[in-house]
Amino acid sequence: MGLTIIEKILARKAGRSTVAVGDTVVVDVDMTVLIDLQFATMWLEPNRIHDPDKLAIVMDHAVPAPTLKDAAGGPRARKFAADFGIRNFYDVGRHGICHQVIAENGLARPGEVLACTDSHTCAAGAYNTAARGLGPAEVYSIMCTGTTWFQVAPTIRYELGGVKPPEVSGKDIFLHIANEYGDAANVNLEYGGAGLGGIPMHDRRTIATQGAEVSADFSTFEPDDVLRTYLDTCGVTGYRAAEPDPDATYADVRDVELSALEPYVARPGTVSRNGLPVSRLGQQKVDQAFIGSCANGQLEDLEIAANVLRGKTVATGVRLLVTPASQAVYREAMRRGYLQDIADAGAVVTNSTCGACFGYHMGVVGPGEVCITSSTRNFTGRMGSTDAEIFMASPATVAASAITGYITDPRSVTA
Amino acid sequence: MSLRVTGRVWVFGDNLNTDAMYPAFAMKMDPPEAAKHVFYEVRPGWTDQVAAGDIVVAGTNFGVGSSRPVAALFVELGVAGLVAEEFNSLFFRNAVNSGLAAMTVPDATTLFRDGDTGTFDLADGSWRNETTCAAGTVPPLPDLILDIIASGGVLPRLAAQGYLPAELGDVLRSSAVQMGGAGSGA
Repeated sequence: MGLTIIEKILARKAGRSTVAVGDTVVVDVDMTVLIDLQFATMWLEPNRIHDPDKLAIVMDHAVPAPTLKDAAGGPRARKFAADFGIRNFYDVGRHGICHQVIAENGLARPGEVLACTDSHTCAAGAYNTAARGLGPAEVYSIMCTGTTWFQVAPTIRYELGGVKPPEVSGKDIFLHIANEYGDAANVNLEYGGAGLGGIPMHDRRTIATQGAEVSADFSTFEPDDVLRTYLDTCGVTGYRAAEPDPDATYADVRDVELSALEPYVARPGTVSRNGLPVSRLGQQKVDQAFIGSCANGQLEDLEIAANVLRGKTVATGVRLLVTPASQAVYREAMRRGYLQDIADAGAVVTNSTCGACFGYHMGVVGPGEVCITSSTRNFTGRMGSTDAEIFMASPATVAASAITGYITDPRSVTA
Repeated sequence: MSLRVTGRVWVFGDNLNTDAMYPAFAMKMDPPEAAKHVFYEVRPGWTDQVAAGDIVVAGTNFGVGSSRPVAALFVELGVAGLVAEEFNSLFFRNAVNSGLAAMTVPDATTLFRDGDTGTFDLADGSWRNETTCAAGTVPPLPDLILDIIASGGVLPRLAAQGYLPAELGDVLRSSAVQMGGAGSGA
């Protein structure tokens, strides 16, 4: 019987010829990523670790340190990296949100298994990698043993068809899917189809990242020429991508006609069955607008924002925060002039970090405020006050909304 | 930790997310203080009412959201087990790794009411509402997962396997060490 992408990777890494839904498999992990928060409270150095070359440390969630607790984690991380000879150490200055750093340093490879604490690790599914967030304790365990376990879940396949309109992004595609089909707990999502070639890598990463928002296990894309070209530019070679078998078994196959999509927005609370086209929202004032996070702080996202904002001004009374997803993105966006355009429009460009996305140390929203965000999650209280409302949309929609002060279809403000 | 738990149940609804159980501002606090904020908006004051040995029963999509170690906060509060109609897989894994008994029981939120006494046996998959006498079975968890729970979580198991200093022993079962030793997430 044929296998889906995830079934194929898990079988390969478990040393088996096949796996079936419901199996519990123990697999070898190719790359394990620790984040700064793991070191912040206390850190027990292990007696031994599996393989320092299969480990990376990324300082991302709380850098530069906003609290003494976080500040205490830095020295522990540096000592651990030195003690165990961990070369993939992305300390403050060469840091970024771990999922961005993973991507730009080629740590996520097609057909392989990547483990990281953070729930948005499914981002690496864009690169045909079996990746998902496993929590701090599991990642600690994998660091020691080199293995983890998965219960093989059924897979839903999204068959992408047609060509997306240029002003529609990965965020809009995801918000459409989340609104149409809702939650996918204990289900894998697989993306492919004839329309896949028209979806650029940064949009694939947004879609893969947000699988966590519908509670999915893995979110994985089929390998294609767009992926192979991207990996060439990152210097990733020698991989063995995983194609789904033609006779793979899916719990459901859902067609998405890309040409029919338009900019979407999710209402506060959840993205699941809670969205609509921006053009149908009605007048909704905003106080804060945020472009950033592992989902939408990529170079292309900043380019889109700069194109909307160039020569325009953020509305009076609105704060626009823009957070590049990594130091590398920040530097390149600066070199290309995107940050200049964004700041000239009246936005605040911050250092690269998870920042306002998780309401921890920058850009927290207050009671009664409304935020339009391109980040990952719009739970009540996620970005600050539980009395604040968080709408979610694409970087283009967020930038357009910052200019007008109301949630705005970007097609109405582009020059 | 025991694979068989009996205790008073607290019944919650669907789609309880991690941020509702462990808000970002509480991540700046030590575990005992952070634990006072579990369900801070959903059911204010609950952490003053819950007692050691109690069991949390939830609906579908329990624990959707981030990797922050919410399960360790339940351990801190003395909660003996988590039961849900459906778990988010990351949240389920965090519970297992904290040595917390976790069981998926379809229709759990209609089979149990606040204050009922429930018994859940992970080894054989049986459950029973001691108050109403309703009972049933679900497929038991794989041996590997039962072994992690029975070990008191993944850290004590790693110590037993020689990856962590053996003398830490029982200390690794405390919520503070669970959250600090392996670190936190977001």
